[in-house]
Amino acid sequence: MTTATLPQLTKKDFQTDQEVRWCPGCGDYAILSAVQSVFPELGIRRENFVVVSGIGCSSRFPYYMNTYGFHSIHGRAPAVATGVKIANPELEVWVAMGDSDALAIGGNHTIHMLRRNVGIKVLLFNNRIYGLTKGQYSPTSEFHKMTKSTPYGSPDRPFNPVSLAIGSEATFVARSVDVFQAHLKDTLKHAAAHKGSAFIEILQNCNIFNDGAWFSLTEKDVRSEHVLQLEHGKPLVFGKNREKGIRRKADGDIEVVQLGNGITENDLVVHDAHHPRPSYAFLLSHMEHRPGFPTPIGVFRAWDDLPRYEDVMKDQLQEVISKRGPGDLNKLLRAGDIWEVK
Amino acid sequence: MLFPPSMSHCGILISVGSRRFAYEAILSPHRLILNRATLPGGEFKESGGLSQEMSTLAEVPPTSKTKREVIERAVIRFAGDSGDGMQITGSQFTNTVALYGNDIATFPDYPAEIRAPAGTIPGVSGFQLHFSSNEVFTPGDAIDALIAMNPAALKVNVGDLKANGILIVNSDSFKESDLRKAQMTVSPLEDHSLDKYRVFPVELQRMTRAALQHLGIDAKAMDRCKNFFALGMCYWLYNRSTDPTMRWIGEKFAKKPLLMEANKLALKAGYSYCEATEAFQITYEIPPAQLTPGLYRNVSGNQALAMGFVTAAQKSGLHLFLGSYPITPASDILHELSQYKNFGVFTFQAEDEIAAITSAIGASYAGSLAITTTSGPGMALKTEALGLAVATEIPLVICDIQRGGPSTGLPTKTEQADLLQALFGRNSEAPIPVLAAATPGDCFWIALEASRIALKYMIPVIVLSDGYLANGAEPWRIPKVEDIPAIPVKFAKDPVGFLPYRRDPQTLARPWALPGTPGLEHRIGGLEKQDGTGNVNYEPLNHENMVRIRAAKVAAVVQDIPNVLPEGDPSGDLLVVSWGSTAGSITAAVKAARARGCRIGHLHLRYLNPLPGNVGEILKRYKKVLVPELNMGQLLWVLRAKYLVDAVGLNKIQGRPFKQAELEQKFDEMLGIQGNHR
Repeated sequence: MTTATLPQLTKKDFQTDQEVRWCPGCGDYAILSAVQSVFPELGIRRENFVVVSGIGCSSRFPYYMNTYGFHSIHGRAPAVATGVKIANPELEVWVAMGDSDALAIGGNHTIHMLRRNVGIKVLLFNNRIYGLTKGQYSPTSEFHKMTKSTPYGSPDRPFNPVSLAIGSEATFVARSVDVFQAHLKDTLKHAAAHKGSAFIEILQNCNIFNDGAWFSLTEKDVRSEHVLQLEHGKPLVFGKNREKGIRRKADGDIEVVQLGNGITENDLVVHDAHHPRPSYAFLLSHMEHRPGFPTPIGVFRAWDDLPRYEDVMKDQLQEVISKRGPGDLNKLLRAGDIWEVK
Repeated sequence: MLFPPSMSHCGILISVGSRRFAYEAILSPHRLILNRATLPGGEFKESGGLSQEMSTLAEVPPTSKTKREVIERAVIRFAGDSGDGMQITGSQFTNTVALYGNDIATFPDYPAEIRAPAGTIPGVSGFQLHFSSNEVFTPGDAIDALIAMNPAALKVNVGDLKANGILIVNSDSFKESDLRKAQMTVSPLEDHSLDKYRVFPVELQRMTRAALQHLGIDAKAMDRCKNFFALGMCYWLYNRSTDPTMRWIGEKFAKKPLLMEANKLALKAGYSYCEATEAFQITYEIPPAQLTPGLYRNVSGNQALAMGFVTAAQKSGLHLFLGSYPITPASDILHELSQYKNFGVFTFQAEDEIAAITSAIGASYAGSLAITTTSGPGMALKTEALGLAVATEIPLVICDIQRGGPSTGLPTKTEQADLLQALFGRNSEAPIPVLAAATPGDCFWIALEASRIALKYMIPVIVLSDGYLANGAEPWRIPKVEDIPAIPVKFAKDPVGFLPYRRDPQTLARPWALPGTPGLEHRIGGLEKQDGTGNVNYEPLNHENMVRIRAAKVAAVVQDIPNVLPEGDPSGDLLVVSWGSTAGSITAAVKAARARGCRIGHLHLRYLNPLPGNVGEILKRYKKVLVPELNMGQLLWVLRAKYLVDAVGLNKIQGRPFKQAELEQKFDEMLGIQGNHR
């Protein structure tokens, strides 16, 4: 396919006639809108998009996208999508999953898809709660969180989805926020440009069962203190007046420093999203758990030198064909010792 | 050989009633149970062509002092420690006699542990072969010759040896410490407990070492060749050439010349030892069997399934996609198919059983012929995804190579206890067609048939095999690829009037609209949907309508499967109904009982859901109905429920196939025949 013959697509082309049935005020609306806005800009024919999901509020996503769509079963979207990708690597496959879908029941598939580097874009809608089952704690809920299934507080320590993805050696890992539309669209475009597995954690508000889960990052008066926006090639600066930064310590760890008094941006860590090794990105992903540190958003890691799984599979097939010739069924059936009865 | 390919021969074809499936009815040899472990020549080689030596009869006749006796059949069992190479030894003997032209049936029996402690009872591995100049249906009840490599192997197996049977033992392994491992205090070689057998104690270890000493390899490596010394002896005993095994050793150890030489020497030494010592006064000759003319090879059930699916993919013009997670006894299908990449086969070793099937569902959605292979425990894990395949109505073949259960159960032993799981093991109303292979070679045809139904009806189809068929092998008449009909596949292309659930009036199949097709963008999923549009729909009447449509679609498959004909008496006192791998022993038992004058018919079912249209009518033609199964009575339960027939079961749940004698005893009991006819 050539871009020359591409029809001009608009956001409307990606909307379906199905009534969207998320709760009013749900963060999913913003994510849907961002995706519908970005898809027409990717230079990909509509029929080549496949949106795959599992189960949960967010997994209704495919029904609202006028593309090919597969609403599968709880947690299995990455496996279904992997099958689609192997069968037809030309397709542009996006997966929508919630935090329980991707990290609880489907955790296994998520990490294996990432370590294989299947060319799939994953949108992880993280609202830190079970929505569709009405309010139990999720694998990203905070320690001691009170929910319907933990009236005395959750005994579980949460996953950090970005750390998990980087730990699985995902080649593209990013984080954005439902209400930061411009940032979200920008992040989606970065993901779309990545050939291998792209994992985007989208912090999303469930205004019914976990309202305000991300308010410390999204409310106007506090967010600049708590959010560090990652930009490749730029120093790690945050704060209302961009007066704080992240500096390397002698032991390799990082610390928060106040700029001024002899400390300038030149002393800070300069973000390198394209580093081939995941350890730096992992260090970044963990800072939000430390007192006084901000929560980074943006692209943690975008290293695209690893071949896609579906290409490895396809190339291997071609390699065997060129080595042994295309399969001859009569020969296959007659392999090994044979004899004739007359 | 039973069930010859030509339908005109007799009325005993298992399930080939009417004309419908030319390829299945005419080409499938429908041969009955034979069994063998992994074939040594099993690796896919594109050598092709007729094998060099058609005759493998030993060129040097035994010396004049030994007598050569021509006999019709023999049952031989190799038994030793799981590290003794008994499966290879048995497979080699099998290959040699099959190449020579005998009909065969084998029964490999090995422990689940890779290496249980050496010399102990749990570590005993056995391989039984029944070979004959006549038809063979089972691996045989009692054995004529036993090769026992240690006391544990002797202890476990000697009970099956016929009186006056040949017993070759490795006398080097009967030291006190060996006996202790087998929990024996006195050597059976000395206490006269073996007096009723023809015992041949042979110092296998010492003599193998003597033959290989000059090679300069260590003692352990030399001892590993002693199974081939024993094999050489057996070739001499049964007047078989060592050539096919020599060839195999040559290929197998092509990159290890020293080991090649060692194994060849051991084989030769065993053969020469018999020649020189005249150990046996009598040797045996079993002439070739009269098989239907054609080109033959040995095939195991798992190999046949793999080849069947490759053939189905080629005949439908699709890529084959296998999503699988290793599990005994199904893994060999994954191993086989992973070699066939030049046939456009994708094999995806998934992270678990669930990903294995869901990836296959994804691949099917994107246009592959998608399959997944597993055994009972994996089948349990795939349950939810099976429901998804039912709801999304996509083609998929699921192979369950059954083993003993519940839970992990008996991983290497055979059982038929997943039938009800296959029929009903899903939440809610989720019917799926179920087919079961009768013999290792039949696995090829079942794979083709399951693929055909899946693609034609846009539906998941379950194939049942079991450990006995999977590892077993039989001489298989190789079909001509040109004679196998194409499997037509139609993808939706036209956006005009396209609806994802608009149905074909005859099959009720919905269109297969592949992602990438312009104008056909649509959504499918596990939520209940409106017929036609496929839109999510929770209306009460729509749900009932959809449940009934999905059931009707499975029921419609009956129009596409042949009626069945009972083998033996078309009506009479007793009908024996079977499915799956018990076909062989039941055929043999029915044949023997009829020879004694009993009026018995045998109905074998390859289609379990839907059942062939005339089963109910056939059940009525007999006074009594018996359903022998290697489970607690699962087909029995189905037949009683569906046809209100007062059938009874014969149930064996020991991880082993039926013996012919067990079956005949039950027939006699039901027919009121007194006494022991045997």
